Amino acid sequence: MFPTPVERRSAAVQNTYKALLPVALILWLLPLLMVALFSIKPDSDFTQGNLWGLPSSFAGFENYTRVFTDSAMPRYLLNSVFITIPTVIGAVALSCMTGFALGVYRFRGNIWIFFMFVAGNFVPFQILMVPVRDLTLNLGLYDTRLGLVLFHIAFQTGFCTLFMRNFIRALPRELIEAARVEGVSEIRIFWYVVLPLMRPAIAALSVLIFTFIWNDYFWAIVLTQGVDTQPVTAGITAFNSQFRAAYHMMSAGSIIAALPPVMMFFLMQKHFIAGLTLGAVK
Amino acid sequence: MSAIPDADQRSWWRRNQMRAAPWLFLAPGIAFFAVYVILPIFQSFQISFYRWDGLGEARYIGLVNYRELLDDPAFYTSLRNNVKWLLLYLLAIPGGLFIALFLNQQVRGIRLYKSLFFFPFVISQVVVGLVFAWFYNPAIGLFNPLIGLFGLSPMNVLGNPNTVTYGIIAAGLWPQVAYCMILYLTGLNAVDPEQVEAARLDGAKGWRMLWYVILPQLRPATFIAVVVTVIGALRSFDMISVMTNGGPFGSSRVLAYYMFEVSLSEYGFRMGYGAAIAVVLFLIMMVYIAFFLWRMWREERGA
Repeated sequence: MFPTPVERRSAAVQNTYKALLPVALILWLLPLLMVALFSIKPDSDFTQGNLWGLPSSFAGFENYTRVFTDSAMPRYLLNSVFITIPTVIGAVALSCMTGFALGVYRFRGNIWIFFMFVAGNFVPFQILMVPVRDLTLNLGLYDTRLGLVLFHIAFQTGFCTLFMRNFIRALPRELIEAARVEGVSEIRIFWYVVLPLMRPAIAALSVLIFTFIWNDYFWAIVLTQGVDTQPVTAGITAFNSQFRAAYHMMSAGSIIAALPPVMMFFLMQKHFIAGLTLGAVK
Repeated sequence: MSAIPDADQRSWWRRNQMRAAPWLFLAPGIAFFAVYVILPIFQSFQISFYRWDGLGEARYIGLVNYRELLDDPAFYTSLRNNVKWLLLYLLAIPGGLFIALFLNQQVRGIRLYKSLFFFPFVISQVVVGLVFAWFYNPAIGLFNPLIGLFGLSPMNVLGNPNTVTYGIIAAGLWPQVAYCMILYLTGLNAVDPEQVEAARLDGAKGWRMLWYVILPQLRPATFIAVVVTVIGALRSFDMISVMTNGGPFGSSRVLAYYMFEVSLSEYGFRMGYGAAIAVVLFLIMMVYIAFFLWRMWREERGA
């Protein structure tokens, strides 16, 4: 292991290391801790200049309740859910199929189609913005959640295909060959042989795409407007102008907006990191 | 008699399914991707030769948009800021490596520490932007008291054209360092312990060990880290939009943001001009995409 494990060092080094860990963590998360502290302070603390001290009274419950009762935040959160979940399902379903096709079959053009998905996944959003907005307008889907979902599914298919194809390549080919010898049709091989083996990849990808889409801001402001359709990343700006200069409320609102992917991460950590670091180890 | 055509159909599928199946599975994915990603790239190229407000008639004007770019000071500011982003964002790689080395131990609770260090990456960039905007805020933020500890006088990071871009990049580095950290932690896990021990017996330690033994084994992680960091730098949009709206006086714009401003905000719906900016951004990115594909192609051939 590198660096040398601290267990092999002197007691002094070990203790310094253990003391350093929490200090480093607090410094690392300092901006976030500041906002978390703001979110549980009462309004009066800000007017009296008690900014970074302990809250004069615990107002966390009040502040967070107000986020749900006095603003459109619940609506935005719901929009985010209705945008994110269908996108995850759509993109994973499409890429299971494309990944299967590119991972299992050898045919002319295979590598070029694969490269098309990979390259498309890296393009800057701005090169797509004007035509995609125009297309969405023409389909009558501008300012609808469906319009946003369709685009997200298409774009995420690039990354998902890369992911799924590489995963399927690493599966044992003998299973597929054996099924073919038995005369099982290709569609049944996909459904009954390969798909069950892809479960870990599906889990990892779902968690990852959930986070990406939940956190999307650019497409939300390009393709939607207003409280009926916009997800929480875009809604937070409206929320902040409603509570202008009320830092305790804005802080609580931001934390609520950021929470779902954070919970997803802590609940599904193993899958999340497996997805993110695919390819970091050869 | 009626069974014959049925049998025929079955046998066509039987005979050709190996050739037909991949296209069947690819069709929906390719259709979606072509309509929403591939085609729009070409359309943007086309639109960049037109004057178009997004609603009325588009008028062909040849290279006028591109010629205008050459005389547009805002374009140069954006380009310069893109270069700053690109160079400074790469600090995420050594930063992530440093934290990964710091956390690559097996003391109690280290798993939780790793998760919490990674945490900024999971938060949306919009919230990261807000958090840092408040952190820098001269009235309420902790930033000024903090630099005060080192004897520096208070400043308004986001209000000063000379510091604003660096302030936003620092905020952007926060999640990016976390990302690189997790890549390196995974990479360090896979480092061959026998090689490390052998090098240790040969007297290698510290920097020399890191440089000659560890880093070569971390190559795949470094490669991915470079790719995602470069792309992240060129995609920077959310934070600029949330923290400064490109200001003050347009000094924190980057191409991605300026393009949006030109096409969709109060500066008027100049789709053609916006598309021209997007094309420039795309061509810059294309260099990296080509490099990435070339490397993948080499690997595929080797496999």
